[in-house]
Amino acid sequence: MHHNENLIKMANDISAFFASDTDHASAVGGMVDHLTKFWEPRMRKAIIAHLNEGGEGLSELAEDAVRQLGENASVAA
Amino acid sequence: MSLVRDKDYGTPASLSEKNVTVEIDGFKVTVPEGTSVMRAASSIGIEIPKLCATDSIDPFGSCRLCVCQVEGGKGYPASCTTPVYEGMKVQTENAKLNQIRKGIMELYISDHPLDCLTCPSNGNCELQDMAGTVGLREVRYGYEGQNHLQAEKDTSNPYFTFDPSKCIVCSRCVRACEETQGTFALTIDGRGFDSVISPGQNESFMDSECVSCGACVQACPTATLMEKSVYEMGQPDHSIITTCAYCGVGCSFKAEMKGAEVVRMVPDKNGQANHGHSCVKGRFAFGYATHPDRLTTPMIRKSIHDPWQKVSWDEAINYAASEFKRIQAKYGRYSVGGLTSSRCTNEEAYLVQKLVRAAFGNNNVDTCARVCHSPTGYGLKQTLGESAGTQTFDSVMQSDVIMVIGANPTDGHPVFASLMKKRLRQGAKLIVADPRNIDLVRSAHVEADYHLKLRPGTNVALVNALAHVIVAEGLVKEDFVNAKCEVDSFNKWRDFVAQERNSPEASEVHTGVPAKLVREAARLYATAGNGAIYYGLGVTEHSQGSTTVIGIANLAMATGNIGREGVGVNPLRGQNNVQGSCDMGSFPHELPGYRHVSDLETRTLFESVWGAKLEAEPGLRIPNMFTAAIEGSFKGLYCEGEDIAQSDPNTQHVAEALEAMECVVVQDLFLNETAKYAHVFLPGASFLEKTGTFTNAERRISPVRRVMPPKAGYEDWEVTQLLSNALGYEMNYSSAKEILDEIAFLVPTFKGVSFKKLDELGSVQWPCNDEAPTGTPTMHIEEFVRGKGRFMPTEYVPTSERSTSKYPLILTTGRILSQYNVGAQTRRTDNVAWHSEDRLDIHPHDAEVRGIKEGDKVSIESRAGVTVLHARVTEKMQPGVVYTTFHFPESGANVITTDNSDWATNCPEYKVTAVQVTKVGGFSLWQDEFKSFTEQQLSMLENATAG
Repeated sequence: MHHNENLIKMANDISAFFASDTDHASAVGGMVDHLTKFWEPRMRKAIIAHLNEGGEGLSELAEDAVRQLGENASVAA
Repeated sequence: MSLVRDKDYGTPASLSEKNVTVEIDGFKVTVPEGTSVMRAASSIGIEIPKLCATDSIDPFGSCRLCVCQVEGGKGYPASCTTPVYEGMKVQTENAKLNQIRKGIMELYISDHPLDCLTCPSNGNCELQDMAGTVGLREVRYGYEGQNHLQAEKDTSNPYFTFDPSKCIVCSRCVRACEETQGTFALTIDGRGFDSVISPGQNESFMDSECVSCGACVQACPTATLMEKSVYEMGQPDHSIITTCAYCGVGCSFKAEMKGAEVVRMVPDKNGQANHGHSCVKGRFAFGYATHPDRLTTPMIRKSIHDPWQKVSWDEAINYAASEFKRIQAKYGRYSVGGLTSSRCTNEEAYLVQKLVRAAFGNNNVDTCARVCHSPTGYGLKQTLGESAGTQTFDSVMQSDVIMVIGANPTDGHPVFASLMKKRLRQGAKLIVADPRNIDLVRSAHVEADYHLKLRPGTNVALVNALAHVIVAEGLVKEDFVNAKCEVDSFNKWRDFVAQERNSPEASEVHTGVPAKLVREAARLYATAGNGAIYYGLGVTEHSQGSTTVIGIANLAMATGNIGREGVGVNPLRGQNNVQGSCDMGSFPHELPGYRHVSDLETRTLFESVWGAKLEAEPGLRIPNMFTAAIEGSFKGLYCEGEDIAQSDPNTQHVAEALEAMECVVVQDLFLNETAKYAHVFLPGASFLEKTGTFTNAERRISPVRRVMPPKAGYEDWEVTQLLSNALGYEMNYSSAKEILDEIAFLVPTFKGVSFKKLDELGSVQWPCNDEAPTGTPTMHIEEFVRGKGRFMPTEYVPTSERSTSKYPLILTTGRILSQYNVGAQTRRTDNVAWHSEDRLDIHPHDAEVRGIKEGDKVSIESRAGVTVLHARVTEKMQPGVVYTTFHFPESGANVITTDNSDWATNCPEYKVTAVQVTKVGGFSLWQDEFKSFTEQQLSMLENATAG
């Protein structure tokens, strides 16, 4: 499996868990926290780059979370 | 050092809290009510002669050697079966009692071979001792009468012999098999003089149901049941207490030694995890440590296609260090990493992760818990606040209902299973949730009240359905939830599970479990009193492994089944030190003590002690390392005690990743599958050759004590230290003690742990600190570690690994009693007598429609690969599900398993792989290539040149 495909699947799997939170903002926050805590920076950069290139294959929640992740990274930088 | 012979009080201790005072031979003694006369006497040093009594099993009163006289009482009662009472006066020795005893001994000896000088028990025989104690001087009956002296010896078991000519039919072996082990493999066949011990129905030990746990051998007072190693080597001369290196039960053993050789491993009756019991692996399968396959010379090579070169330790270490430095200079700081192992000690795991973080300067460290219990760490931390089980093993004896989910304790954790079965025989109820008919579902004197035979991959749906019943039927312990849990999170969760789609009726379509059974099981768990959940890899090794762990914690909190004895959430850890390796900071996102690398305060503390700048970002997990290796950004790996090439999923992917690396350093006992892809081989030390600690599934930290020198010259922590120093990061430990002291300084839950304390207490359960100086048997008593317990909704998301017309069956994998994980240890012992190859278990219906018969070669094909095994047709399986073990590398069980993994932790989904099974004539292409690669690598080992 190509690295990006792998990351997209992982992101979607994570979003499927947090999707059960009926509060969308809270679900996004939960997923961002998870990606920040557990994904190595190269993986985070790659998924943000993928989103910036259109984000094909990402679930809606995953898209929102990766977008938030990217914004957090920009602020930190 | 001396040989420790444990005192035998004759009968088990009474647990009564009420004391009574009695007088024995004129001495007053106060003991708990219910204590036998024999034990009370023994407690003040009066050892009443005995043969059929021993304190690991209930008294039986058959040998009558222990007769006594009670003032005011009639006759000569057996002191083992006579309980004391307030004011009782007992005489244990007088002329009449001695006459009775001598008479009994005469009868025994008249039918016993008089070969004491050549008997393996010579020097350690209770019968011999009793003859001396009673003063036997003659046998009036002679030795010519009818006897059993020609009875045939049974040598079928590879580890012990059964010599009925020496048997006194005391029934200790039969009772040990029943009471201690719970297998009921032995019985007394015949009556009177014809009474003989019979395995099964007059079968040999190997052909019977005997599981070779050794309890009968341990209980035997003569040489009737005797270790073959004692026959060969004689009686041991000294013993050292250490901890077993197999499963997560972490049994304490006495290594009984002669010089630097182990004569036998005897379960330690003072062991707090095992109380003198053992299984076939810990008791007998230690021969791998001295197997000829052990590699004791370091080796290096430029390429995996080059022959090995034997070199000095200095040369090997310097070569490895220079390669890691070269790689980091060329590809960057993050291009290398390391793996710790659950088979290594806490001190070793701690040092490897320290090397990665301080010497490599990154967080690319992971451990084999990634592929087993990482979801436990995640799920329990999120809900309860601590990544660990909540109880002691002994807690099960207070349980009223036991729910076993995705675990097979009789095979995976046999010593704990024996304890659990004891409780079940006392009347506790049992719920089993498992796709297979595991032994606990129905075996001798144990039968599950409910077997929820779910389809693989539907754990979350089942747990949600159980929760639905508890919520919908008003079975929630509201007072517990309101007092101890986050009420908002509970309300969200309650609303979630109450939805109709989570009802047993709606879930049945996913799980295949009849709704009625789910409802009844949920009611039982919630209302029967103390409810305890035990789970294993059948929970964690799924795409929703973490979700199920969270769901289990939700169930326990909702029913108030947490924070006291008899209840709790109990992960049965796969390997001996899974808990410990996780505690020691082996995961890439957290430092020792489960503190995230981004936590500045923690990082600052570690930086000040370690004298190194630490990374604040998480590193790569094992599967991420593989992906990065194939992509070209991960080039070097230091792998201590793991065999990722055999144990990790999608073998072809792992092999591709290893081949893509420029420096793989393997530190192990043998040239394992991963070492075949290595550039540096550093010889490891077995658990018998090292000092340290293991932490078992109940958070129990137990000492590992060196009983023989390391075969290659160094303990594993010393090798890590050498490598670190060569890398330029200085380590100067002079002993494992110094490492443990550093751990205690840095990890709050280990603050009170030291080798001194372990010597004093035997073992301690963490947290062990100022608040709990002797450890913490039960967690979350007053409040949860995180403060309030947190409920989390657990949406069921079917795995993407689904059966199709092309792959219509679901393969699930697991392990068997006699073998251990990748088999590197047990394959090199006589345990192969029980399991010499991995087979494919298939239901008769699935076999029949494919024309498959018992023993046929069958190909198992998944989306990842193909392998071939012999079939075993068995109704243990449900239709549509097949099963195999993964103990033999040539089986290629992980050639078939896929990259699918747990959403939170990337723990592989070993338990669900869609496959097709077909009868075939030969082996798979992978197996042919494996054979050829193995031959090539073994030839390179054989032709290794001296450096």
